[in-house]
Amino acid sequence: MAQLQPVATEPLNQADDPSSPVERFGTDEPLPLDAGAVLAPWQIAYQSYGTLNAARSNAVLVCHALTGDQHVANAHPVTGKPGWWDTLVGPDLPLDTERYFVICANVVGGCMGTTGPASTNPETGRPWGTDFPLVTIRDMVRSQAMLLDRLGIESLFCVIGGSMGGMQVLQWAASYPDRVFAAMPVATGARHSAQNIAFHEVGRQAVMADPDWRGGRYYEHGVRPRKGLAVARMGGHITYLSETALHRKFGRRFQDREAPTFTFDADFQIESYLRHQGITFVERFDANSYLYVTRAMDYFELAADYGGVLAEAFRGTKTRFCLISFTSDWLFPTRDSRATMHALNAAGASVGFVEIESDKGHDAFLLDEPGMFTAVRGFLDAAARARGIA
Amino acid sequence: MSEAVRLRPSRARPSFERERADGDGESIGRPQGASSTLRGGGGNGLGPTPAESPERGGESRLDLLLVADMVEPGSRVLDVGCGDGALLALLRDRRQVDGRGIEISRENVSRCLAKGLPVIQGDADTDLADYPNDAFDYVILSQTIQATRQPRAVLENLLRIGQRAIVSFPNFGHWRIRYDIGLRGRMPTTENLPHSWYETPNIHFCTIRDFVGLCRDIGAKMEKAIALNAGGQPVRVTMPWWVWNLFGEQAVFLLRRR
Repeated sequence: MAQLQPVATEPLNQADDPSSPVERFGTDEPLPLDAGAVLAPWQIAYQSYGTLNAARSNAVLVCHALTGDQHVANAHPVTGKPGWWDTLVGPDLPLDTERYFVICANVVGGCMGTTGPASTNPETGRPWGTDFPLVTIRDMVRSQAMLLDRLGIESLFCVIGGSMGGMQVLQWAASYPDRVFAAMPVATGARHSAQNIAFHEVGRQAVMADPDWRGGRYYEHGVRPRKGLAVARMGGHITYLSETALHRKFGRRFQDREAPTFTFDADFQIESYLRHQGITFVERFDANSYLYVTRAMDYFELAADYGGVLAEAFRGTKTRFCLISFTSDWLFPTRDSRATMHALNAAGASVGFVEIESDKGHDAFLLDEPGMFTAVRGFLDAAARARGIA
Repeated sequence: MSEAVRLRPSRARPSFERERADGDGESIGRPQGASSTLRGGGGNGLGPTPAESPERGGESRLDLLLVADMVEPGSRVLDVGCGDGALLALLRDRRQVDGRGIEISRENVSRCLAKGLPVIQGDADTDLADYPNDAFDYVILSQTIQATRQPRAVLENLLRIGQRAIVSFPNFGHWRIRYDIGLRGRMPTTENLPHSWYETPNIHFCTIRDFVGLCRDIGAKMEKAIALNAGGQPVRVTMPWWVWNLFGEQAVFLLRRR
């Protein structure tokens, strides 16, 4: 791993003072967590686009994925890169910000301004580190509901998200059915599979094996487990792609050379690409957040709260659902979406489902996928008509 | 398969309910509470409703209207092989039906979603098994059964999922088809069945009599049966089964679980 050189610039400290709006909740407004702990005080950072209409009926909550954040459609404050869903969210885009009020909040356990392991523990004045309580998808959703209460938004027109964001969408529909008019879980499942837990565990072990992790207290030592987190990201990134996409993009091509060097240098383009992914990720993401948020996904099994019967999670729901999956996604394959769909059908819910043909793997939901855009736009337009949104 | 059926709108109000079948001894009664085959007043006319999509054009297909008229207003309907959602939209807009659809084509699913129709991408052969019992009042299978791998299993699933099933299909006993096979010695291609034998998706053709036999085998009660000739005109009700089977190019059956 000698090639994983640390980059000189330290990330901005977004954990306590994010460069986005933040709502702070005092000790009188605690966030109860599934693990039994209570966060108080705590804060939630969010970003919004568009305008809330007078009827407060046009709010759309976007839920971000594992390594995403609230910066959906604006330049990222740390990397300067475009928003992660700026192909979908914006004026005249499928999630039209001229029409809808779009909100996205950083998840609890994250590192971009919502309380997480990199935030300051009010009791010690030092970063929480691994003293931070474990969080769940339901905790994330609960914190978002409290944010919306604070913002005066009783009912959401739509909740949409991919991957872990899609898990939150399903949890929203189950926990707050009366607050969700329409739901779009994309490239996701109602539970995290054994294979996905396995990949996450490899990533976590890579972080914890880095001597700079220091038992999770690296903040105080002025170091960060860069190499461990980079390796975790490299492994994770492979699971977001597909064999076909890797072959198409990289094949067996060499990186800036004509022949193998017979060393462990990055001879192949794919190696160089993964190393780059790892290094750049480290600059914007907290290693402990990676542990906590992957763990939250692992714990997710929506049916478990409903006697093991997923359909019970949606019993009597009035929410209209639209599920989207991608043919080459092997992290959340189509059968996961189908399992959710069958449960929704069994519950008598209004559900649409479309599988988009793509060779881009799980990441397809973040990329230029016209089939997805068409489905999102069409579903939202029809739902907006039904809700009377101009 | 919806493209296979292009029946010319002819009469808005055909009346051709069969009271009794001959030969097979099948009794085809009236639907419960229904006074005639086609109910409703002017609302069943052929004109478009405002909610209909542009690609539907200004006319509703007669076969859709025939099926729509078999459905009680306000009921729950699953349309298997719903195409671009024309029938579901018709049912929603004119009969206040709570409709769902299954469609194999991705493009059609997107069209349905854009119309606000809850349609899922799926396959009648594999996905019906996942639906719970009695989930719907009606399950509709329009011009699709001949393209399924296991028509009997599909039909049984329809009657498990729904209280009633509405099945329409091309009649392979039609005289034109018999002529092609019997006299010309060739597999038939017609306006409604345009595919050559080597490229047709239709792998399980049946005649009207064959279908009646299958209904008997699985214990389905036939509440209504309609046959349409090549011009989209209903075959006279007074005609015996063999006439239906010879001159009916299409058939529509309303079935009920026994």
